[in-house]
Amino acid sequence: MATTAEELDRQALLEGIGCSRKRKEDPRFIQGKGNYVDDVKLPGMVYADMVRSPYAHARIKSINKEKALALPGVLAVLTAEDLKPLKLHWMPTLAGDVQAVLADEKVHFQYQEVAVVVATDRYIAADATELVEVEYEALPALVDPHKALDADAPILREDVKEKDNVGQGPRKHPNHIFSWEVGDRDTTQSALDTAEVVVKQDMLYPRVHPSPLETCGCVASFDKVKGQLTVYITSQAPHIVRTVVSILSGVAESKIRIISPDIGGGFGNKVGVYPGYVTAIVASIVLGTPVKWIEDRIENISTTAWARDYHMTGELAADISGRIKGLRVNVLADHGAFNSHAQPTKWPAGLFSICTGSYDIPTAHVKVDGVYTNKSPGGVAYRCSFRVTEAVYLIERMMDILAQKLNIDKAEIRRRNFIKADAFPYKTALGWEVDSGNYQAALAKVLDAVHYDDLRKEQAEKRSRGELMGIGLVTFTEIVGAGPSKACDVLGVGMFESAEIRVHPTGSVIARMGTISTGQAHQTTYAQIIATELGLPSEDIQIEEGDTDTAPYGLGTYGSRSTPVGGAATAVAARKIRAKAQKIAAHLLEVSEADLDWDVDRFKVKGVPGQEKTMKEIAWAAYNNVPDGMEMGLEAVDYYDPPNFTYPFGAYLCVVDIDKLTGETKVRRFYALDDCGTRINPMIIEGQIHGGLTEGFAVAMGQEMPYDAEGNLLGNTFMDYFIPTFVETPHWETDYTVTPSPHHPLGAKGVAESPHVGSIPCFTSAIVDAFAHLGVTHMDMPHSAYRVWQKIHELGLDKQA
Amino acid sequence: MAKKLIAFKLNNQPVEVLIEARELLVHVLREQLAQTGTHIGCETSHCGACTVDFNGESVKSCTVLAIQANGGEVLTVEGLAQNGTLHPLQEAFMQDHGLQCGFCTPGMLMRSFRFLQENPDPTEEEIRSGMAGNLCRCTGYQNIVKAVKSAAAKMQPA
Ligand code: FES
Ligand code: FES
Repeated sequence: MATTAEELDRQALLEGIGCSRKRKEDPRFIQGKGNYVDDVKLPGMVYADMVRSPYAHARIKSINKEKALALPGVLAVLTAEDLKPLKLHWMPTLAGDVQAVLADEKVHFQYQEVAVVVATDRYIAADATELVEVEYEALPALVDPHKALDADAPILREDVKEKDNVGQGPRKHPNHIFSWEVGDRDTTQSALDTAEVVVKQDMLYPRVHPSPLETCGCVASFDKVKGQLTVYITSQAPHIVRTVVSILSGVAESKIRIISPDIGGGFGNKVGVYPGYVTAIVASIVLGTPVKWIEDRIENISTTAWARDYHMTGELAADISGRIKGLRVNVLADHGAFNSHAQPTKWPAGLFSICTGSYDIPTAHVKVDGVYTNKSPGGVAYRCSFRVTEAVYLIERMMDILAQKLNIDKAEIRRRNFIKADAFPYKTALGWEVDSGNYQAALAKVLDAVHYDDLRKEQAEKRSRGELMGIGLVTFTEIVGAGPSKACDVLGVGMFESAEIRVHPTGSVIARMGTISTGQAHQTTYAQIIATELGLPSEDIQIEEGDTDTAPYGLGTYGSRSTPVGGAATAVAARKIRAKAQKIAAHLLEVSEADLDWDVDRFKVKGVPGQEKTMKEIAWAAYNNVPDGMEMGLEAVDYYDPPNFTYPFGAYLCVVDIDKLTGETKVRRFYALDDCGTRINPMIIEGQIHGGLTEGFAVAMGQEMPYDAEGNLLGNTFMDYFIPTFVETPHWETDYTVTPSPHHPLGAKGVAESPHVGSIPCFTSAIVDAFAHLGVTHMDMPHSAYRVWQKIHELGLDKQA
Repeated sequence: MAKKLIAFKLNNQPVEVLIEARELLVHVLREQLAQTGTHIGCETSHCGACTVDFNGESVKSCTVLAIQANGGEVLTVEGLAQNGTLHPLQEAFMQDHGLQCGFCTPGMLMRSFRFLQENPDPTEEEIRSGMAGNLCRCTGYQNIVKAVKSAAAKMQPA
């Protein structure tokens, strides 16, 4: 710990942990010199485009390619028939199911990939998709998941009709994917039977799409002579892509190079392996030339991974003072046409069982059933860790509903049920060990900052005048940093993370990680961790990620895992280097290791001022003067398998005013306090919070993927899928407390997803609160002006006086 | 398809390029003229990632035919820095953390470049409405507003 002014100066020069260092990534982005996938141009490159199904459910009677092939510039048209001999017409999903790469006899969702066209330019490829003639026989579509298990429901997946297991346990109907249960059914039942109060609520978390500004795409380049495949790809998990591509294609992993260059946002959308990638790779292998495939926005929203679509029922048992006695949750999960959910393979409902939240709940039981419908496959965490958003929404809504039922303030009901600050690590009824927390302090700080009591007074006055003002409150706990490999794997690969650090003779550093930034600025923040751990300036530390030929194997960036797992690997690898450096320093200073103290950027001999070696001097010595028996060089690798998840938390408060005649909501105030443990770069943390809150605002206030009864997707452009602009987006106020994670080497917990997870129920809480005095306890999202107006109208509040 | 030769000024340099009549300006900039700073986020004129300055106005280059540029002047993000010196907006975006993934950034810069000429001393609200045609999925806009405001202050004649 630096204390003297001189030490603090040296520490500041490092720009290490805690410094709001400007981003290393910015100079290239502000000058148009980023390198995104669509910027990649290889010699001889050609373009792929997709023929897609207009039907949600249909049998393919015939496909006629002749006219398309006759168009000058068209090089190939591939269908499932062409991929069959290569056994590439189906691919495994991360959830144990299979997904059609190109529709095999049937289509199962609108816009499904039916054929791929390859042509010399993207205009010709687009023209040719219109010339491929596909004859369909339309079949009845299954859109409503509540009807999926009916005896007379149309059977969707003929390919797995006979199977009693599609990768996630026994199933009871051809449209059923899995049942997953956790917790104690009997004690929960008896808690509900004997409780003084029970509240129950159905709620729908609609299907939404992460829609990063850059769509998905790739450039595949197969070198026939060397037998090597290079793929530039928009992937949040390039190493997993390499493994999947190797398994699919039979090409050795060592001959496949996956490069995630700059990525224009991910938010979960870029975790999966999509038919477009696979067909571009196949086309490159077949044609021997590089092939580019880039989705347009309609394709992005319609076919690559969406999130949520959870139909939930929550039940809370409590006593009349509001103390919770038990929680039961039943969920019907609409997984679409193929179960290609991206999540740890053994967890069909992800980490949903974190749904006991920040509260000390003695018993709980959760059951989730997944079903097939004629909708696009996928299902990812949209800026959250695998269903944590759904879990937090459920428990935070239930807390409000219980508060209303008992006429207790929503802050007070939370205080009465919080896990106490001295009870950590705390084992939840559903089996998680929450590492650390201080929920009371966070809540108190927020209520103080916004003058909660005054807000309540103002609201009472407004209500008496017939105005609609709502106060939303949420005290959430997240679970991130997947995860301990004993609990989490992806296709059998444990969810560790990796870092490889090399210190050069002059003290500059290159480090490579298995994660990949999609905007989080890893090049900036990982360097800060190394700077603090090694006492070398951030400025001289180069971070590289995303190239599987150079980076160590890692599971990638999603589920807020970069800091909790990748950051831990970085710190541990750096500590290995420092341990070696200490030995070298002892050798140079001719003392024993134990006589040395670490001081910001150097080792000092205890009690002998001036006897010291800086890290730079040690780096030089590592290449020419090391102790006997030690190998030269100064580098280390760490594959970090976390002992536990991390549990960031926060307290959010939102104030809304609703226009009684239009239903429009004005977010007057949004105060977000986050505790993500140790803060590595406060500027970047705040930026992540702004972004997460804005995405939460989008989800709560307008995003949804609506399907009609035939399975037509009714909103798949930026015209009708809500992306808030500068104008709608509220002004955000941020705050923090610091409760370090006890098991993370730096005490850091991860932050980027908390604001998304926490803000969504906060908006709902505020909107419902505006109507709470009229007996309203819940309203489903999205809270668009029209839907809010419907509630106003139903309550008769829009009558002009 | 018959090709046509067009000529225009790109970032103050004359360029000539052979195009098809149906080609969009954004594709010609990116693919023929290798100026990949201008991005495509939707191709339906909603996101503004493709915003460039054309004859003194902001346009979404996914909705402009390249042939319309014939004889005109186009400025892209690559032309914003002058003689190796960053534009004050570029500086401000860095200082105020106005970008994350960077995909919207060229469009944001080009729109704010024109906006500050239309309104050199804007309020926060004016910035928000003047930039509303540009979407960002990462930043939540707040720091972009801050950056545009601080650049405006720096650009004020002393
Ligand atoms: S790409 Fe032009 S507005 Fe989106
Ligand atoms: S910085 Fe990613 S879209 Fe704006």
